[in-house]
Amino acid sequence: MKASAIDPGRIAELRRSYPRAFAKTPLQRATLAAILIGVVAFVVFCLYRFDASPERIWNGLDRFGKIAAALFPPTPGDAFWDLVKAMLETIGMAFLGTLIATCIAFPLGFLGARNVVKLPLFRFPIRRSFDFLRGVDALVWALVYVRAVGLGPLAGVLAIATTDIGILSKLFAEAIENVDRKQVDGVQATGANAVQRVRFGIVPQVLPIMISNVLYMFESNTRSATILGIVGAGGIGFHLSDRIRAHRWDEVCFIIIMIIMVVALIDFISHMLRSCLIKAGTDRALLLETYHRQKRGAR
Amino acid sequence: MPSQPSVAVARFEEEFARLRRRQRLQLLAFSAIFVIISHAAADVSNFRLDRLIAGLPRIGEYIGKTIPEIRLDTLPGDIAYWYYGFFKWLGLLFDTLLIALMALIFGSLGGFLLCFPASRNLAGNFAIYFVFRRLAEIARTVPEIVYALIFVVAFGIGPFAGFLALTIHTIGAMGKLYAEANENIDERQLEGVRAAGGNWFEVIRFAVLPQVLPNFTTYTLWRLELNIRSAAIVGFVGAGGIGQELYHAISFNYYEDVSAIVLMVVATIMVIDLICEQLRHRLIGKESLQ
Repeated sequence: MKASAIDPGRIAELRRSYPRAFAKTPLQRATLAAILIGVVAFVVFCLYRFDASPERIWNGLDRFGKIAAALFPPTPGDAFWDLVKAMLETIGMAFLGTLIATCIAFPLGFLGARNVVKLPLFRFPIRRSFDFLRGVDALVWALVYVRAVGLGPLAGVLAIATTDIGILSKLFAEAIENVDRKQVDGVQATGANAVQRVRFGIVPQVLPIMISNVLYMFESNTRSATILGIVGAGGIGFHLSDRIRAHRWDEVCFIIIMIIMVVALIDFISHMLRSCLIKAGTDRALLLETYHRQKRGAR
Repeated sequence: MPSQPSVAVARFEEEFARLRRRQRLQLLAFSAIFVIISHAAADVSNFRLDRLIAGLPRIGEYIGKTIPEIRLDTLPGDIAYWYYGFFKWLGLLFDTLLIALMALIFGSLGGFLLCFPASRNLAGNFAIYFVFRRLAEIARTVPEIVYALIFVVAFGIGPFAGFLALTIHTIGAMGKLYAEANENIDERQLEGVRAAGGNWFEVIRFAVLPQVLPNFTTYTLWRLELNIRSAAIVGFVGAGGIGQELYHAISFNYYEDVSAIVLMVVATIMVIDLICEQLRHRLIGKESLQ
């Protein structure tokens, strides 16, 4: 019970000699206060611009409370099997979109990689077009495709594929740029041509990373596929927006629960496949992971 | 003695052949499963190759229509005609940015409050951890546009609904990421503060925060990019920002407006990406200097 073994005089002395250890300087305090005031002013300005009067918020909360109460108990209505079919359609859209994107992004990734295509003049427009495909959201593409090919899941599949081509090509190109040069050199030393160098020097190194990326995209696409139906591009989203517009909240709740469960299931399957992949892949993957962990630990 | 190497070679060949056989069998099995799943997916989503081939030229045609007619001799006039709504769209883009930033501020605040009870090592009690973690996961699994649809009904059309929708989604996403950062901290510092008599809040303040704040900052900056993408589309269902105008342009076939707005959105997203990356690099640089 010697909590106050250090006498107060000593503490006061320490306080004088190391003021920064005990309190912030006035300048630091002023900066913090200024940031805080700035953020509060920004929030007030935004709320004013968003037209969020207290009355509107109050009425909105009132209505929202009524909606929240109407969500329970969730019920499928009389369309349970329609909803199941729409959910399967959603997963199918995500799967096909990812598959098509992978097939197209595989060669594009090589074209965008610095160590395969040496000419920057040729590589630059390819990388920028990936950025463009990525920059436009899948929902925008879906709306465009609905105009072009009509309502239905085809538009959704194309929308997912388009965004994914941009994302996967970029990820593939980055994976290819990070390969170990020595293996490519080794293959070249045996007299291999360009195609053989790619096949035996690069592909074995990048394939596990690529498959892992594709699985990850499949997960993320299942999430995006659930909403494409809002603009008429197939899947469960159509039913969801339909029920919300008709204010059938108990059915809305049922569909949302369905989405959450299916997304969790797909996440689980993809996690399992990915860990299988790491186990099946050579110790290279493990080695890389240990290396990264050590690097992280060192930082 | 000359037979020994050949025995070894034969053994190697045998082993190699066995491995090759197994690999081929695995490949065959995986391909079969894959083909079956692809077929089922195509069947259930009504995807047929002939429809795709019939659709492709129409997509080309559509994109062709969105490209404005620009001639070199009348360049300024053509650009002005193409971007006749530039200032209106700029205003809407500004709204989109505000939605994203506001959702980031409130979302990361909410995520910050949520993340401590949602971390296995800080919640103290498994039930608390489980409930808060599931809450965060549910909040982030439901797409923001679904929240937007609901909030548009409750709060009326406009950016306020979009802000609320994005905020809920951001709270979930940040809560989960922050909680994961909390779970990876060094436990010894927690014990140190507890041994000095610190209560739960003091443990968070003096043992957890100093370890996780850099991670939190990186995640938050990274989230800003995602929020801007989402803020640009919540307008599709009437929740404010540039999305509303884009939806209008696509639905009413104002082809050249579509390309003009899409280019503006993509350019904005790219600029924000660059700024965030710079900020991140600067922050990381600062940390490694300390």
